[in-house]
Amino acid sequence: MAAIILNDVTKVYGKEKTVAVDHVSFAVEQGELFGLIGPDGAGKTSIFRMLTTLLLPDNGSATVDGYDIVKDYVRIRSRVGYMPGKFSLYQDLTIEENLNFFATVFGTTIEQNYDLIKDIYVQIEKFKDRRAGKLSGGMKQKLALCCALIHKPSVLFLDEPTTGVDPVSRKEFWEMLKRLKAQNITIVVSTPYMDEAMMCDRIALMQTGRILSIETPQRIMQSYPLPLYAVRADNMYGLLKAMPTFSKTISSYAFGEYAHVSFREDVDVNEVTGFLRQHGFSDIDIKRTNPTIEDCFIQLLKA
Amino acid sequence: MENIVIKTDKLTKRYGDFIATNEISFEVYKGEIFGFLGANGAGKTTAMRMLCGLSTPSSGHAIIAGFDVYRETEKIKKNIGYMSQKFSLYEDLTVLENINFFGGIYGLSNANIKDKSEKLIDQLGLQKEAKKLVGALPLGWKQKLSFSVAVLHEPRIVFLDEPTGGVDPVTRRQFWDLIYDAAARGVTIFVTTHYMDEAEYCNRISIMVDGRIEALDTPRNLKHRFHSESMDDVFFQLARGAKRGD
Repeated sequence: MAAIILNDVTKVYGKEKTVAVDHVSFAVEQGELFGLIGPDGAGKTSIFRMLTTLLLPDNGSATVDGYDIVKDYVRIRSRVGYMPGKFSLYQDLTIEENLNFFATVFGTTIEQNYDLIKDIYVQIEKFKDRRAGKLSGGMKQKLALCCALIHKPSVLFLDEPTTGVDPVSRKEFWEMLKRLKAQNITIVVSTPYMDEAMMCDRIALMQTGRILSIETPQRIMQSYPLPLYAVRADNMYGLLKAMPTFSKTISSYAFGEYAHVSFREDVDVNEVTGFLRQHGFSDIDIKRTNPTIEDCFIQLLKA
Repeated sequence: MENIVIKTDKLTKRYGDFIATNEISFEVYKGEIFGFLGANGAGKTTAMRMLCGLSTPSSGHAIIAGFDVYRETEKIKKNIGYMSQKFSLYEDLTVLENINFFGGIYGLSNANIKDKSEKLIDQLGLQKEAKKLVGALPLGWKQKLSFSVAVLHEPRIVFLDEPTGGVDPVTRRQFWDLIYDAAARGVTIFVTTHYMDEAEYCNRISIMVDGRIEALDTPRNLKHRFHSESMDDVFFQLARGAKRGD
């Protein structure tokens, strides 16, 4: 049985009827590490809040661990762990008091499920008497994860746990998630960072309440429909302006030190080089490249 | 040299016995896009607050847009623009009202504000939204508007603190187009980001670790020096050694 099933779920807000989640359906398998990938406003948080029974859908239905999110909300609440995007632990309680509080609320103790949080908790344990409000961002994040795990949930929801976090700490966080996954916890995680999609078993690419694609990251990348090239020259700003005027260009945009250019068909590298020379560029480097999730996302947005 | 718009010499900020920013020395040139990178807790925000005249250094020197960070903070504030990672416009004012308000704060004449707001709204394609509340705009538009307002008074330097966090990949690139345009007009861009592909778009970048600037160069030279294919890897090599927890 799938751990999570959404069936045609819609969420509309306010007088202006803003559609935050627009007829979304998908399923997450038991033990899967599933990513909701999309920018601010994609509808990720609304989906989390409906699945954790904090918000009612306007249309459609959903189950978590087999329980209905509307009828069986009490059961769901004791089975899921939720780490909201905004830090929401008690700032005036210490690390240890926060953790104890959440354990007690769920009728358990820190000792009982210590194995599950040990890896993460040891990194903040020496500050256990410090108030949560006085912790640095990285430590708050680790404490919030411990509190979301202390009752040994079967499904863990993490809403943008790495937003605003530097690349090194982001890598460490994903390593923690891989270890949790190994303990057979189903994890749904959202992120605006496209590179993190690679760490998930499957992902849903989202934009303005809709799912653009839902697949394994590998399959999404394989399904990129056009030949993609990385192009570099002495004047990158000029290159980005010139590339769209080449007859076979479908799209081009900056991608790190290169421009990523999609052509209508396979091109002869010499032909492109000739075009760029003609336009006064030098130091030209062009090569076929594999699309990343970010390329796929951009392509899907334009489609 | 008149082309140097930021010059710091051993700039330091201490909080008790904690040294948040530790003797940083660097120069940034007119029209340059300068990336200011570092792990969380490395001391970037503290450094940036000193450069903007919002926090008095404990020791060291810095000249920003020709003004001293100890004695001329008000002049610094008039000559810089600032945009933070948290959205910094008024959500319950309209797009036009925000432009008017910030133009007024920076002492622009009404005629000048009117002229500038028309151009700005054209450039951003916000004609239909001009009279809507800013709170109703998608994040990407807010950030583009926020940037345009930060450079409305034609500052010599604009400080951008993680301007593109959470913004979609297409809008993120449009945002960088605005940055390039401003730099081409001679505005110096001082920007922090956690997106390493954006580090590549900077002319030069510095990487802070534990309060110090551990590396400063063009992205290409840094990759060469650290034998790396990507800035991500350069950052990882430097920041992995950080002692300071975030």
